[in-house]
Amino acid sequence: MADITLRVNGVTRSGSAEARKTLADFLREDLDLTGTHLGCEHGVCGACTVIIDGRAVRSCLMLAVQAAGSEVTTIEGLAPDGEMSTLQQAMWDSHSFQCGFCTPGFVMQATAFLSAHPDADEQQIREALSGNICRCTGYQSIIEGVLLAAERSRQV
Amino acid sequence: MKLPEVEYEAPATAADAIDLLAEHQDEASVLAGGQSLIPLLALRLARPAILIDINGLAELSGVSATDGFVAVGAMTREYVAEESQVIAGSVPLLAAALPQIGHEAIRSRGTIGGSLAHADPSAELPAVALALDAEFVVRSGSGERVIRAAEWFEGFLSTSRRADELLVEVRFPAATQGTGVTFTEVARRHGDFAIVGLAASLTLADGAIGDARLAFAGVSDVPVRAAAAERLLVGERPAASLFAEAARVATADLDPPTDLHGSSDYRKKVAAVLVRRGLQAAADNAGERQ
Repeated sequence: MADITLRVNGVTRSGSAEARKTLADFLREDLDLTGTHLGCEHGVCGACTVIIDGRAVRSCLMLAVQAAGSEVTTIEGLAPDGEMSTLQQAMWDSHSFQCGFCTPGFVMQATAFLSAHPDADEQQIREALSGNICRCTGYQSIIEGVLLAAERSRQV
Repeated sequence: MKLPEVEYEAPATAADAIDLLAEHQDEASVLAGGQSLIPLLALRLARPAILIDINGLAELSGVSATDGFVAVGAMTREYVAEESQVIAGSVPLLAAALPQIGHEAIRSRGTIGGSLAHADPSAELPAVALALDAEFVVRSGSGERVIRAAEWFEGFLSTSRRADELLVEVRFPAATQGTGVTFTEVARRHGDFAIVGLAASLTLADGAIGDARLAFAGVSDVPVRAAAAERLLVGERPAASLFAEAARVATADLDPPTDLHGSSDYRKKVAAVLVRRGLQAAADNAGERQ
């Protein structure tokens, strides 16, 4: 077992896990942050995407021990005071999602992408989200939500 | 738990990593970015006794230009290489391929050395390394040796790296003036592995082709260089008819695999189209760079 200390959503958290435990399982099982979803568990679906030190990362393709000392943001960290982020609100307003399973992965991927590329156009957004799979929506409403968030962010 | 039971070591120096490799040999897997190895573990396709995690080895990260070469540390993340001005300026073929690797979140962790040591024949970097005659620097307890790309790729997911060796650096020759490049691939979805991919580079001098490089991804168990087509191109002036002939020659001996993404015959046809289009695009942007 390895002792792991990291920052999650601005709070220092510690736990102890076998080296083979993925960061995704550590977040869900040891830190009770079940907002991060696991779909395929081998890096294809994007549902488990979190932000580590500013970059979108698949938490199923990283060991928990490797995240020691990192700054991790999960879906729970986007609305700390119960108020949705600009992106979350725009996706709500655009009816971006249906069942909600892929939602945290899309929201984290889009959050990381928009913060690095606030002026992204539709084609760039489609490319940035191409690694996330949604089985409900057909994607159009998701793209519309991200575009709306980008537009609202530019107006602020 | 998803991953199988495995020992884990995270050495602090390359020397320590090499000691561990010497001790465990082929019972060990080197964990770089993990974007291919962790899925292999999750699917039980790989069952190493020990993971040697080299993510802490800062000495293996970085991009530097040295006399005709750009040296890329094996642990350099793909997104870092993608943002490198040195690579954009001196190794345009590598720069063209990098954004086509996986997806953004994959490139956050994936590494140049990891992809090349994994040696998936459908991946982008092996085709680029082969086309450019990149050099692979491996280190063991008995010192370093340099392996040419043509000798690096031995088979499906297998390279000439010995079990006690650590890939530490990959050296890409810098492009000369008048070089135009393309990396094109056909995939089901942006970011998926290529059904067929092509790395193409043409260097023009006084309107004629002085150097031509073509390598395919996805047509065999290793990346494949189209040497006969390269010879046909050198000395000629760029023309649609020349590129059509090069496409015929480049694909004449190909015998690509059939899988659920495409038949052998389909892959062969796509390969020929990519050669034609790739050469035209490379010639066009070589003209612009002259």
